[in-house]
Amino acid sequence: MLSIESLKAKIEEKEILKGLNLNINPGEVHAIMGPNGSGKSTLSNILSGKKGYEVNGKVTFEGENLLELETEERAHKGIFLAFQYPLEIPGVNTNTFLKTSINAIKKARGEKELDAIEFLKLIKQKSAELKFDEKILSRQLNVGFSGGEKKKNEILQMSILNPKLSILDETDSGLDIDALRIVSEGVNSLRNKENSFLIITHYQRLLDYIKPDFVHVLKNGQIIKSGDYELAKELEKVGYEDFN
Amino acid sequence: MDNRQKEIDNLKDYKYGFSTDIENTRAPKGLNEDVIKFISNIKKEPQWMLDFRLKAFERFKQLKEPDWQKPKYPKIDYQDLYYYSAPKSMDDKPKSLDELDPKLLETYKKLGIPLQEQARLNGIAVDAVFDSVSVATTFKEELTKQGIIFCSMSEAIQKHSDLVKKYLGTVIPTTDHFFATLNSAVFTDGSFVYIPEGVKCPMELSTYFRINASETGQFERTLIIADKGSYVSYLEGCTAPMRDENQLHAANVELIALDDAEIKYSTVQNWYPGDKDGKGGIYNFVTKRGLCKGKNSKISWTQVETGSAITWKYPSCILKGDNSVGEFYSIAITNNHQKADTGTKMIHLGKNTKSKIISKGISAGNSDMMYRGLVDISSKADNSRNFTQCDSLLMGNKCGAHTIPYIKNKNLKSNIEHEATTSKISDEQLYYCNQRGLNQEEAVSLIVNGFCKEVLQQLPMEFAVEAQKLVGISLEGSVG
Ligand SMILES: Nc1ncnc2c1ncn2[C@@H]1O[C@H](COP(=O)(O)OP(=O)(O)O)[C@@H](O)[C@H]1O
Ligand SMILES: [Mg+2]
Repeated sequence: MLSIESLKAKIEEKEILKGLNLNINPGEVHAIMGPNGSGKSTLSNILSGKKGYEVNGKVTFEGENLLELETEERAHKGIFLAFQYPLEIPGVNTNTFLKTSINAIKKARGEKELDAIEFLKLIKQKSAELKFDEKILSRQLNVGFSGGEKKKNEILQMSILNPKLSILDETDSGLDIDALRIVSEGVNSLRNKENSFLIITHYQRLLDYIKPDFVHVLKNGQIIKSGDYELAKELEKVGYEDFN
Repeated sequence: MDNRQKEIDNLKDYKYGFSTDIENTRAPKGLNEDVIKFISNIKKEPQWMLDFRLKAFERFKQLKEPDWQKPKYPKIDYQDLYYYSAPKSMDDKPKSLDELDPKLLETYKKLGIPLQEQARLNGIAVDAVFDSVSVATTFKEELTKQGIIFCSMSEAIQKHSDLVKKYLGTVIPTTDHFFATLNSAVFTDGSFVYIPEGVKCPMELSTYFRINASETGQFERTLIIADKGSYVSYLEGCTAPMRDENQLHAANVELIALDDAEIKYSTVQNWYPGDKDGKGGIYNFVTKRGLCKGKNSKISWTQVETGSAITWKYPSCILKGDNSVGEFYSIAITNNHQKADTGTKMIHLGKNTKSKIISKGISAGNSDMMYRGLVDISSKADNSRNFTQCDSLLMGNKCGAHTIPYIKNKNLKSNIEHEATTSKISDEQLYYCNQRGLNQEEAVSLIVNGFCKEVLQQLPMEFAVEAQKLVGISLEGSVG
């Protein structure tokens, strides 16, 4: 589904990704672990189409050259990024944002857009599943949300949009154990033969809830080692510093 | 990508920019007593009206054009304008819509302003002003049953002379200032509304202004009187063809609310803004003032200003009656080379008077936006309050936003509160929206509509949706 070949990325003359390779098949869950500043968010941004990077290499998504697509076109094709730092948009109601988002994607796919009632039904069902307080949805998008609420809101959006490839950028950071469980349930409920996940995390903790098929270690802009769940455990013990 | 760009370009094209080829009756070019007499004569005005005009003109000759405003413009040659232009077919005024020139009906249909059947369906009474004359007023009979008068100013001057004579110029005196005085001398048409005592007007009253002829100034005059305990909601919309020249629109609008009466006045101003390089567009220099004459009266201005090359206006309230309330809700958007200097004046004269100002300014491109407002609480206005919230939103680095609030509080028992913010749409916010499937234009529209929500909510339902779209369209192409 997603194939990354010798991906290099620079910003303001600073080289961040230095030849990264990764292949994700439908239904697979990949975890990427790595120290601060190793390029994890940069990778997420490049996959989802953030502008401003000088990118080299080849990235295909379902056979298409991903790097040529606009940010929103990637979203239409089913790529979702749960932001490490979700943005605040004052004045914009969270519900309105969600509805605009899902309908923009449906419209682009030539599907029927949701009317107010259909949307409300969907939102009620998903918030119940994620034990998400619906009241928050009538507030301004992410404004005054706690760290945990922001992250849960990302997961709610993910479960509503039902993406083919979900990228979670340190969604677990700063979450208490209850929130962590909810986030994990959100991911697990979307897991099936088609949907894939790229889960970026510092800690092995999250991977106890979401069992990944593969674990990769990112250091200095490259994947230096890949393995299965055991690799995460090893990493936790040794630490990134001494990991080679 | 190419297709998308084309789509954006299409949308950006001012869709009201066509002109209608119609034969006109014009006053001779220039500004002098004869032209004023011509206007008064063609409108079959009584002598007092002509005297009113001539008095204003005498005064006008002594006035100097102001230049304290932020947006500067090339000198206007007032002798090089036509002050009256009307479709020929209006010379013998049609008695009903069925007799109206089909070309005119067609024009309004293109503009989305239904004058015929649909007007009835929408349940909105419309008065349409084409250049210098009012061409149609719908729903007249229904309104008449309740004693409501809704007609063109010209008709009111003839048929409701007593009311017009009593109130015209009482809120904006003929001596007021350069443009207002000019208007008093040469105004051509506009709307007149009278709501009798105790009557709540059962439908939105709406006027549609259209500038069609070239080299023509539009001097509209509107007068709304809400008698004791009455209520009316009034909406005006405006468009103009695309032309290389700048055209002057200098209107006077006077509102009068007597005891316990309420007037809600909403404007969606979408005059032609000029092209991307700032060529052409309307000079929208308008004087709008409401007098809360009676106790417990209320006047509320809501404006969505997206058009015009230059917008220069301060819809104001004079809170004379005790316990009267004035409100000003404004969205002003400037893009490309548009300029705006707008705001309000709240003059507190009566006791326990309250005013509220919510202003949302959005600037993009190379445009420049100024909020200028005055809150003046007189020494007699005990226990009066003002709250002002002034927010600016910037898009890009080439536009400007300025806020000048003038505050005069001469009463220790009264209180003025002012809040202001300036923010910018960040690339990160746009990226977040793009990642959720919104394209650049949709993202901007969502963020900007969120920013303006408090004001949009003040508009009558039917127009809120339109205004929301307009807000999006005005900013199209301003990012990315
Ligand atoms: N816009 C930028 N300009 C300059 N340096 C940047 C920019 N964004 C990220 N970096 C640098 O790139 C490196 C990788 O950043 P990031 O991808 O955010 O790391 P991670 O998410 O793994 O912590 C860091 O050293 C960071 O400081
Ligand atoms: Mg990061």
